[in-house]
This record gives sequence, C-alpha cells and structure tokens, in this order.
Amino acid sequence: MFESFDALTLARFQFAFTVAFHIIFPAFTIGLASYLAVLEGLYLKTRNPVYQKLFRYWVKIFAVAFGMGVVSGIVMSYQFGTNWSVFSDRAGPVIGPLMGYEVLTAFFLEAGFLGVMLFGMNKVGERLHFFATLMVAIGTAISAFWILSANSWMQTPAGFGMNDVGQFIVTDWWAVIFNPSFPYRLAHMLLAAYLTTAFVVGGVAAWHLLRDRANAAARKMFSMAMWMALLVAPLQVVVGDLHGLNTQEHQPAKVAAMEGHFKTQTRAPLYLFGLPQQDTAEVKYGLAIPGLGSLILKHDVNAEVTGLDAFPRDEWPPVAIVFWAFRLMVGIGVLMLVIGIWSGIQRWRGKLYDSPLLHRVAVLSAPIGFVAVIAGWVVTEVGRQPWVVYGLMRTADAASPIAREGVAGSLLAFIVVYFLVFGAGTFYIVRKMAGNPDKVNIPDYAKKQHAMAAERMYHEED
Amino acid sequence: MDYALIWAILIAVAVFAYVALDGFDLGIAMLFPWFKREEHRDVMMNTVAPVWDGNETWLVLGGGGLLAVFPLAFAVLMPALYMPVIAMLLGLIFRGVAFEYRFKTKRGKPIWDLSFMIGSLVAALSQGIMLGAMLQGIKVVDRSYGGGWFDWLTPFSLFCGLAVVVGYMLLGSTWLVMKTRGELQQRSFRAARITALLLALSIAVVSLYLPWRDAAIAERWFSFPASVWLWTLPLTLALVTLGLLRSLTREHEVAPYLWALGLFFLSFVGFAISIFPYLVPRSITLWQAAAPDNSLVFLLYGAVILLPIIAAYTGYTYWVFRGKVDPDAGYHD
Ligand code: HDD
Ligand code: HEM
Ligand code: HEM
Repeated sequence: MFESFDALTLARFQFAFTVAFHIIFPAFTIGLASYLAVLEGLYLKTRNPVYQKLFRYWVKIFAVAFGMGVVSGIVMSYQFGTNWSVFSDRAGPVIGPLMGYEVLTAFFLEAGFLGVMLFGMNKVGERLHFFATLMVAIGTAISAFWILSANSWMQTPAGFGMNDVGQFIVTDWWAVIFNPSFPYRLAHMLLAAYLTTAFVVGGVAAWHLLRDRANAAARKMFSMAMWMALLVAPLQVVVGDLHGLNTQEHQPAKVAAMEGHFKTQTRAPLYLFGLPQQDTAEVKYGLAIPGLGSLILKHDVNAEVTGLDAFPRDEWPPVAIVFWAFRLMVGIGVLMLVIGIWSGIQRWRGKLYDSPLLHRVAVLSAPIGFVAVIAGWVVTEVGRQPWVVYGLMRTADAASPIAREGVAGSLLAFIVVYFLVFGAGTFYIVRKMAGNPDKVNIPDYAKKQHAMAAERMYHEED
Repeated sequence: MDYALIWAILIAVAVFAYVALDGFDLGIAMLFPWFKREEHRDVMMNTVAPVWDGNETWLVLGGGGLLAVFPLAFAVLMPALYMPVIAMLLGLIFRGVAFEYRFKTKRGKPIWDLSFMIGSLVAALSQGIMLGAMLQGIKVVDRSYGGGWFDWLTPFSLFCGLAVVVGYMLLGSTWLVMKTRGELQQRSFRAARITALLLALSIAVVSLYLPWRDAAIAERWFSFPASVWLWTLPLTLALVTLGLLRSLTREHEVAPYLWALGLFFLSFVGFAISIFPYLVPRSITLWQAAAPDNSLVFLLYGAVILLPIIAAYTGYTYWVFRGKVDPDAGYHD
C-alpha cells in the first residue's frame, strides 16, 4: 500500500488525517462544554428540572467525545517531532512556548476539573460543581486561543528573527501571539465550534420532537439550539468575510486559489461553479457572476484583484482543492443562516415545535458543522502550501529524515485504529442520543451523599 | 542565570510527575489479567477514572516542553524513537477511550477490558524501551538523527521495557492497596510483593549492566574518590526496597505506595546522573539543545506562576476523591 507516494506526501497525509480526526472532537467539546455550563447555570438560577435533565443527558455524551479529543490530541503534539522534526528544530522556539502555555493554562485546567465535573456530583456542593464545569468550558476556549495563535503564526509570521543555526527566534512575543491573522481565526473557529454544537443539539432535539412533539426536554433543547443558529450564523458570515479580507492582505495567493482567479483582473468574477485546472491555469465550465468577486474582496465592483499569475508557479497551492473546500464551507454557512432564519420565522408564528419539515431538515443537518469545520481547515492549510511557515519555510524542507516505509506503516496504523476506535465511540454517542432526554433520571443527591464514595454514578449501563 | 539547566530540571520534574501519576493507572490496567472478577475490575477502574486525564497531561507537558525549550533534542529523539513513540500513542488511544466506552456497553465490555490492558501494556513497554534506547546512546549527524530504523531495538532496551512494566504494576498494586479493601486489597498486596521483588531485581541488573557496557557511565560512577558520594544512591535504594517489603508484610495501607515512589525516584536520579549533561545521550548536551534564552525565559514565567496553581487544583481533585472506593456504591443511576 502507498507505494506510489514519497515520504513527504505520506507525512503530509498523516498530519492531515490525524488532525482532521482530532478537530472533529474539539469542534464539538468546545461548544458542548459551554452549553453544559449554561445549562447548569440556568438550573441553579431557575431550579427548573428540565435543565438538570439536559445537563445529565449531554454530560455523558460530552465525556465520550472529550476522551476521544484527548487521545487524538496527544498524537498531534508528538507528531511535530516524529514527522516534522526539521520544523520542530527551526520553529520550536516560537511554536513550542505557545503550546507550552496551552498545556499549562488549558489542558491542566480541563483535565483537573473534568474529574469533578463527571464524577463529583455527589462529592462537592452544587456551586463547586458548577465552578468545575465552568473551568472545563473556559479551559477548552483557552486551548483554542493558544493553538490557533500557533497556527496563525505559521500563516502570518510576525515578531521574529533568525539565529545562525537557522532557528526562528522571537523578538516580540506580543507580536507573535497576536499575529495579523490570529484574531480572525480565533473568532471564526470559536463561532464554528458553537455552531457545530448547536446543529448537533438541534438535530437530536428535532429527532425526539418528530417522535413526540410534547417532549419537554427536547423542546427546550430545540429552542436553545435554534436561537444559537439564528444569532450566530449571521455573525459567522460576517466574521468569515472579515477573515477573508485579512487573508487577501497577507496571503493573496490563497485567496486567488479560493476564488479560482488565475489572472489578475478588474471586475473579477465570482465563480459559483467551475473546475479549476492547475496546469492550463483556467476554470473549466465556469459559471460566474462578473464583478461580484471584486465586490466581495475589495468592496468595489471595479477593483483589481490579484490572481495567481502574480506568483511563481512553484508557489501556487493546489487550486481545485482549495476552491471546492471553500465553496463547501460557505455553502454550509449559507445553509445554516437559512435554517436559523426559518426557525426564527416559525418561532415568531408560534410553530417552532410544530413544523415537521423544519425538524426533518434539522435532523439531516446535525453533522454539517463538522463538514464545514474540516472544509474550512482544508482551505486554510492546503491554501498556504507550499509553505509551512508562510513565505519562509517550505513544507518540503520541514519533514523528518524518516524512510517512506516508516511513515507509510504508521499512517496505515493510524487509519485502522482511528476508524475502529473512534467509530466505536461515535456509535456509543449516537446510541446515547437516541435515548429520550426527558426520561433521564435525576438522582437524589441528599440520599446518595450518605452512601459513601458513589463513583461513576453518572454512568448508566445500557 | 543558567536557564537551560533550570529547564532541564523542570522537564525532569514533569517527567517524574508523569511516571508517578500515570504509572499507577497504567499499572492497574496491566494487573487486569490477575483480577478477573468484573466487580473488581469496575472498582479498579473507578479508582483512577476521575484523575487519569490529568495524569496523562504531564506527558503532554513533557513532550510540549521539550519542543519549546529543547527543540533540537525533540527533533532528534522523536525520529530516533519513531516506532516506540507511535506504539505508545496508539496504546494510549486504546486505553484512554476504554474509561468511557467500557461503561457504555454490556456486550462489548470484554473488548474494552482487553483494549485497556493491552493499550496500557504497549504504552508502558514503549516508554521503557525509549528509556533503554536513550541510555544506549543516539547517533546524530548534522542536527538530525543519524542512526538506523531499528537502533532502538536491543535486548537491553527490551529489558528496560519489561522493567518499566513491572515497576508500573508495582505502583498500580500499591495504589490499589491504598484505595480498596477486602479481597481486592489482599490480592493487591500479593501483586505488590511479587512486583516489588521483580523490580528490585531489574534495577540491580540495569545498574550492573550499564557501567559494564558503557565506559563513560562506569567512569562517572567508579572514579574514586570523586564518586564516593554517589554511592549513597544504591545504598538508599537497597534501604528503600527493604522498607517497601517490610511495609508490605506488615500490611500498611499508604506507606507501600510512597516507598514504591521512592524507588522510582531514586532510579530516576540514577538515570539523570548517568546521562548528565546530555539530553540526547553522548551526542547533544542540554546547553546545545536549548532554545534561545528569550524562549526559555518567556515560558519560565508561565511555569513558575502556573505550576503551583496546577499542583493546588490537582491536589484538590485528589482530595475530593480521597478514601476507599467501594464496590457496592454503583454507577447505576
Ligand atoms: C480550536 C481548537 C483546537 C485545535 C485547532 C486543536 N486542538 Fe487539540 N484540543 C482542543 C482544542 C484544539 C481541546 C478543546 O482543548 C481538546 C479537545 C477535546 C479535549 O479533550 O481537549 C484538545 C485536546 C488536545 C490534547 C490533549 C490534552 C489533554 O491531555 O487533556 C493535545 C495534546 C492537543 N489537543 C494538541 C493539539 C495539537 C498539537 C493541535 C494542532 C496540530 C491541536 N491540538 C489542534
Ligand atoms: C485543527 C484543525 C486543523 C486541520 C483540519 C488542519 C488540516 C491540515 C491539512 C489538511 C494539512 C495538509 C496540507 C497539505 O499538506 O496540503 C495540514 C498540514 C499541517 N498543519 Fe494543519 N490543520 C489544523 C490545525 C493545525 C494547527 C493548529 C497547526 C499548528 C499549530 C497545524 C500545523 C500543520 C503542520 C505543521 C502541517 C504539516 C505541514 C504541511 O503539510 O503544511 N495545523 N493541516
Ligand atoms: C459564509 C460564511 C463563511 C465565510 C465567508 C468563511 C470564510 C473563511 C475564510 C476566508 C477562511 C480561510 C481563512 C484563511 O485561511 O486565512 C475560513 C476558514 C475556516 N472556516 Fe469559514 N467561512 C464561512 C463559514 C464557515 C462556517 C459556517 C464554518 C463552520 C461551522 C466555518 C469554519 C471554518 C474553519 C474551521 C476555518 C479554518 C480556520 C480558520 O482559518 O479560521 N466557516 N473561513
């Protein structure tokens, strides 16, 4: 297997595969941790048992997803050394401390309070338990902060110099952390995580509503999820647009690939469809709206937009992948917007729990957030090729001196193990989701507090 | 100030914290074959379920810290130890997910028991092999690994792998002695006695073999009279082993775990003495591997402020879950 690929291609594929699997879990746990904190906070404030039911329903799902996030994340941090050792040596002094701060400020916080959050219900008071949930939620957001700072620095490096052995050295940490693309990427990713989670929650709720539209817990979930969709989807479109403008400024070749612009031109078109051809530098079967590209990128129909012809060919990213991944993401963004608005209209007409068509669409769109997240990352990462540190270090010069067989073997092992193990986890999660949220038992803590050390009480055996 | 040295000490602390904490929960899993009853296994897992993630985070700090402050060492060690590193990561996946999956299914329970056991065994074995491979020395050419694909694999490194497996089983069984009662505790005492003897034996073998094989290590330990003070270490090791065995025969509950930790600590110090000042033994010293000062200082602020806070809330978690874990207190809602 993999005979026709060289070690570099395999290493790239391995990174893409393992990180694409990893991001599925954070995209869900970042959102879900915050949702759980909201649910628990609302319960403490209103004492409405429906919030407690929902908390206990989702916390079990959270636990499984979080476990998968942790083990797939540990793989990521070691992969910098195993497959990208030259990159580690050169960029370690910049990237390393950012990831070090991630461990110190985020991973320990999440892990430290996770135990109390999952198993401590009957061991600490309600308020302390809420505090633990909050800390886990905050930890996930801090984690996103640091890792996105590291990634953004690789996209738009700033605040650094070079030493005589070829390492990047930092001259200004503030400039490194808050590098030009970081604020946009952080905002866009956090919103992506919230939207992804909202659509999962909404989909599960809709599934139960289709069975029983009086299901109180499902109604509450659906309402909360659709509020998120209505409010956050438009925000995401705006943030995405700003992100694109920023990329236009710092990585124009990436934007040219996203848009399929091979030529620099005024009144640049926006392609709705087309097949970009890397070798002939044209878009086949292009269906385009003239001028709209300039309008979106420059906010002026007649403005000139830089195309790929402004860059040497060996600095072009693979255009078709970036072009299509971008369309997929934006398409899903628009779809989310539409669903959010539709739910708003139904809510306004008093029919939110009473429109099977909306519920069906919600069930079907439960996983679209994950698709958009992965598509978005493909735009970002493939679009920056051939650079690993933009404009400074080529991906081809970053890889470890590992033989092809080694990388191929580990890649194969990762593929087999990930599909088996995370496939099983997904199965357990989906099975949990099929359980009725309104039928969750709420244990009597006071009684249990006397029963010593009741561990694992949150686990139900099926 | 010598920031590189400070960081070498801090990374050593992180690695030791990892071994001390994740050691017992890997060890518990490897004891599963001798603890077949389902209720026992449930309790064993429940003694570590609330803390395993935090324990493993020390491993992330060790790896991430190495990348941050000794990038060259990270860049050389990871390719040199490629196969055991990948094996360890895969092992950690299988065992990590078992904590949750196992309680989500009845039919699949045996599978996740197996995944917990074998995943932990592979992870522990790989860690020991890496330790052995480092002690053997690693070849470097021009800022990267210069050796072969299977350099890490020798009888010695395999032996170190087994020694770590036995050592973790000792930590696991003494942890169980502390956290359980009744029949489960009695079995744990038995497991602890056996693994204690095996570990002491392994430490002795490694300590005799290394100086015999490696002139530089022999020189460090046997150059009289300069190294006489070093000889307090094996002496203390012998005493700690006796203390451990005594507390196991007298059936103390907490002391055995602490003695076992002492054994690990002393071996760890011995390891550090043998390789100092190298980070990649016999090729790259800690000063050669260090990142520019400015990176060391930047992260040092964080470490100095945050590590005590981390220690405090980690301690709090252990405090919340203190005491014995009872089998009858079920996890059914
Ligand atoms: C936007 C967010 C985000 C992104 C882009 C990444 N991660 Fe991640 N990661 C998280 C957000 C996150 C998280 C939310 O903090 C996780 C997910 C679930 C979890 O348990 O924590 C996590 C877990 C996690 C862990 C386990 C932490 C623990 O022991 O508790 C490690 C070591 C990493 N990640 C490392 C990485 C690396 C090296 C990445 C890049 C290549 C990466 N993550 C991308
Ligand atoms: C979490 C979401 C992410 C996804 C889905 C993702 C996706 C990808 C993909 C598809 C590639 C392969 C590109 C190619 O070779 O054509 C890649 C490469 C890479 N990414 Fe990311 N990435 C993510 C986050 C990150 C982060 C946070 C970092 C660093 C802090 C990072 C660092 C790298 C590196 C070092 C490579 C390998 C070199 C390369 O091929 O460019 N990635 N990623
Ligand atoms: C229609 C609205 C959207 C626009 C205009 C948009 C725009 C962009 C742009 C331009 C990038 C690449 C930035 C770069 O590499 O420099 C990007 C990346 C990304 N997008 Fe979107 N996006 C939209 C919707 C969404 C949605 C709905 C999601 C997920 C729910 C999403 C998730 C992501 C992710 C995860 C990335 C990679 C990380 C990053 O660079 O921020 N996007 N988006």
